[in-house]
Amino acid sequence: MDTFLLIGITGIGLGALYFLVASGLSLIYGLMGVLNFAHGSFLTVGAFFGLWFSTQVVHVSNTWTFIGAMLIGGVSAGLFALLVERVVITKLYERHIDQALVTVGIALVVGAVLAGWFGNDLRLLPTPPWFINTVNIGSAHIPVDRFLYIAVAVILLISNIALLRFTRIGLIIRAGVENRRMVTALGINVRLAFSTVFFLGGFAAGVGGVLVSAYSNGVSPLIAGTYLIYGFIVVVIGGMGSVPGSFLAAMIIGVIKQYANYYSPGLGDFVVVFLLAGVLLVRPQGLLGKVKA
Amino acid sequence: MNALSVQNLHVKINESHILHGVSFEVPSHSVTALLGRNGVGKSTTLKAIMGLYPSEGSISLNGESIANKLTYKIAQSGVAYVPEDREIFASLTVKENITLATRDDSDTARQELIYTLFPELVSRSAQRAGTLSGGQQQMVAIARALVNRNEILLIDEPTKGLAPKLVTEVADALGRVAGETTMLLVEQNLPLVKRIAQHIIVMDQGRIVFQGDPEYLHDPEWVHTMLGVSGAHK
Repeated sequence: MDTFLLIGITGIGLGALYFLVASGLSLIYGLMGVLNFAHGSFLTVGAFFGLWFSTQVVHVSNTWTFIGAMLIGGVSAGLFALLVERVVITKLYERHIDQALVTVGIALVVGAVLAGWFGNDLRLLPTPPWFINTVNIGSAHIPVDRFLYIAVAVILLISNIALLRFTRIGLIIRAGVENRRMVTALGINVRLAFSTVFFLGGFAAGVGGVLVSAYSNGVSPLIAGTYLIYGFIVVVIGGMGSVPGSFLAAMIIGVIKQYANYYSPGLGDFVVVFLLAGVLLVRPQGLLGKVKA
Repeated sequence: MNALSVQNLHVKINESHILHGVSFEVPSHSVTALLGRNGVGKSTTLKAIMGLYPSEGSISLNGESIANKLTYKIAQSGVAYVPEDREIFASLTVKENITLATRDDSDTARQELIYTLFPELVSRSAQRAGTLSGGQQQMVAIARALVNRNEILLIDEPTKGLAPKLVTEVADALGRVAGETTMLLVEQNLPLVKRIAQHIIVMDQGRIVFQGDPEYLHDPEWVHTMLGVSGAHK
């Protein structure tokens, strides 16, 4: 039972990391129809800026330093995402193949530049001393960092929902997901909403990059690969454009993957792909996605 | 004084030449009806004015060119658009649809106007627009256009597919604002056109073939020849 609990909470923690990658992907595709394969590079850029802040700007490893690293990672990745949107994506709306080619190219270039600069080896990201602690639930010893990942994901989910529900930019984004052309015909510059979504998506990926680096014991240009693939799977299962759907799907995937890997090592990825195929067959719009009219 | 002037407008979509040098003017504070058989380019004309299709030619609003401007800038300059398929935001509530369209929150008179025209929308303000009937959705689409003080309203077949009772309701609402709003109306419903239009324009195969007085709509033979429909009992 203790092992079951431990794996379950670890799975939710992993799902939280997937959600941080997937929330931005979901919004970017849902609103703009942009297939953004460069999203993983937002995560990597955020991780490296978080590392830079933790090792070059401040030299102590405590809670505030780590929060600072997450914010710096988030903002830097958000600004990088904004740059990509303004310079490249803005010229490629409605051109899906070109988007895929260009964003894959950006991901390759960013990976190559960072690898050339820093090498592909993991660089240790300083974490607060309490990161190695465990919390006892029953007799299960749960690593405390898992709760941080879950908390950050929940904060991001609530922030996203609040932004979408209670602000004008959120109203524009929700309407734009449904019918971008009509939003512009109402006199609204939907580009501003696009840029906001790219920044927020990049911010979430950047924060995710710092947390993934903490989870993976270091920063490397290669850390984004697996998470980007899982981010896309989460978006498809959760439903394009649905942030709560992404959250739900991320948690399900994280937990199922952990249990599958525990009871049959190596089976986790297969089970997730099987789940993806099942959702596509039974409910192609995803768990909380809407059927496009 | 003309609110809208369209001169030599050409639209090509995927190698198809849809509009062939369309020219007309819409006088201020009046209703101009754009008529013609299905597929002659009426909706395309409205979309081209809105900047939703690339076009060649000149389009000016109160003397200022709006040709090939971005759609949102055309809308901000005072062109409101009610599309043929309403295109309300189904997942948003009625109130959110109207709030989204509102450019000046402080203009309570406009808010009062739309709820006076369509009192049903008050009780349905928290309802998701996608769950409304076709007629109610049309009310939302028109309310969205009327909530701002615009220079011209482009409205595409507002009574299409509506039950007779709702046709009357929508027609009444348009009739009430017709006196104070410049309107370019695409409509197949000739009784509505006769009731509110002061000018008519007839299109055929992407060209203007007639501009003049709506009195012609009372001549069944003319209606049959120009519009391809029976005008006997209209």
